[in-house]
Amino acid sequence: MKHIISPLDLSVSELEEVLCLAEEIIKEPKKYSDVCHGKKLATLFYEPSTRTRLSFEAAMLNLGGSVLGFSSADSSSAAKGESVADTIRVISSYADICAMRHPKEGAPMVASKYSRIPVINAGDGGHNHPTQTLTDLLTIKNLKGHLNNLTIGLCGDLKFGRTVHSLINALVRYENVTFIMISPDELKIPAYLREEVLEANHIKFKEVRVLEEVLPDLDLLYMTRVQKERFFNEEDYIRLKDSFILDAKKMELAKKDMLVLHPLPRVNEISTDVDDDPRAVYFKQAEFGVYVRMALIMKLLEVA
Amino acid sequence: MLNIGGLSKGIVIDHIKAGGAMEIYSYLNLEKLDCSVAIIKNAKSSKMGKKDIIKIDGELDIDLNILGVLDNNITINIIDDGKIIGKGNLELPEMVTNIIKCKNPRCITSIEQELPHTFKLTNREKNVYRCIYCEQQFKGN
Repeated sequence: MKHIISPLDLSVSELEEVLCLAEEIIKEPKKYSDVCHGKKLATLFYEPSTRTRLSFEAAMLNLGGSVLGFSSADSSSAAKGESVADTIRVISSYADICAMRHPKEGAPMVASKYSRIPVINAGDGGHNHPTQTLTDLLTIKNLKGHLNNLTIGLCGDLKFGRTVHSLINALVRYENVTFIMISPDELKIPAYLREEVLEANHIKFKEVRVLEEVLPDLDLLYMTRVQKERFFNEEDYIRLKDSFILDAKKMELAKKDMLVLHPLPRVNEISTDVDDDPRAVYFKQAEFGVYVRMALIMKLLEVA
Repeated sequence: MLNIGGLSKGIVIDHIKAGGAMEIYSYLNLEKLDCSVAIIKNAKSSKMGKKDIIKIDGELDIDLNILGVLDNNITINIIDDGKIIGKGNLELPEMVTNIIKCKNPRCITSIEQELPHTFKLTNREKNVYRCIYCEQQFKGN
């Protein structure tokens, strides 16, 4: 039985299979509308998340399966002090697969050690969010046609932004990928990513502080929110949250086929005047999130 | 220079970072041993300037390689019949459980006390251990 705890839990070929299946589902969704009939997905969400939870639930419902679960720690037995290990042992009897979000890093990994059903990490604190990475990869593959030979701008909170860390880890496995990191000094990527992932794999990258000067070089720009809940102190948050904002004027500097991605929710880092630009694909990206979760659920339940 | 007598049979834990001997003493539960134990603090060292040394008179049934996780400069000399019969650096274990603790306040181990604290060696050259749950690097005590 396979669990998806980190984006690297899928090999490049397994990833390719999931992305290809997702593209098949996009072409012909009706063909898959009943493949998970009688199967149940448990969504164990220890912290609030609208889109990830609903995306998982929509994915399972689209496959003809059912969903059950909770959407905050307060409404679960965690409020009574139950451990993740005990919770998953019990849930294993109720469902066929589960998606877990937890504010603490490593919680889904703990669950996977005690689970009798596949566990999908739906986000663990500032650590990993593999299905967001799969969503990002499907968006790039579907709209660009390939995952290699790309110059990728990563902008905003690169220190705490787990989607960025996961995306870097996934994309370094493809040929000729260059990263341009755009962030304030306080929110640069962690040293371990720079040393153990980028430098260790001889990946080309540079770190800059001004978005405009690198925009013309990018094949895609991945914007991120400066997340308030990742800061210990509100002053730092207020000082840094508006640092890097993309608007229609800056978009004039970008290539005609540059894609703008964002894991959402957006606060103000992408001005609403960018939304109608055909290069802004972040809402399309959210739609792809459902398809890729459908493909992943099918693979893990071995119904594909 | 302070003189501590030689051992006939025992172990010398050498090249401990100055000030680190008590931590090693405590980790190895040496206070529970019945044999003589000498702790030498701030001994002169050509390599390190200052170092700590622990001499244990007797046998110790423990995997000493684990000490490398706490301090990778440590060397071990095994003494028998007054002579060094084994000497060398420590071989860092691939995984260690409940030797060191994860200090990341965002890690699941910070709220679930009964979980084993397991670390994986991710860079042998640089002696980097990472928590298997949150991947935070162990930074020493």
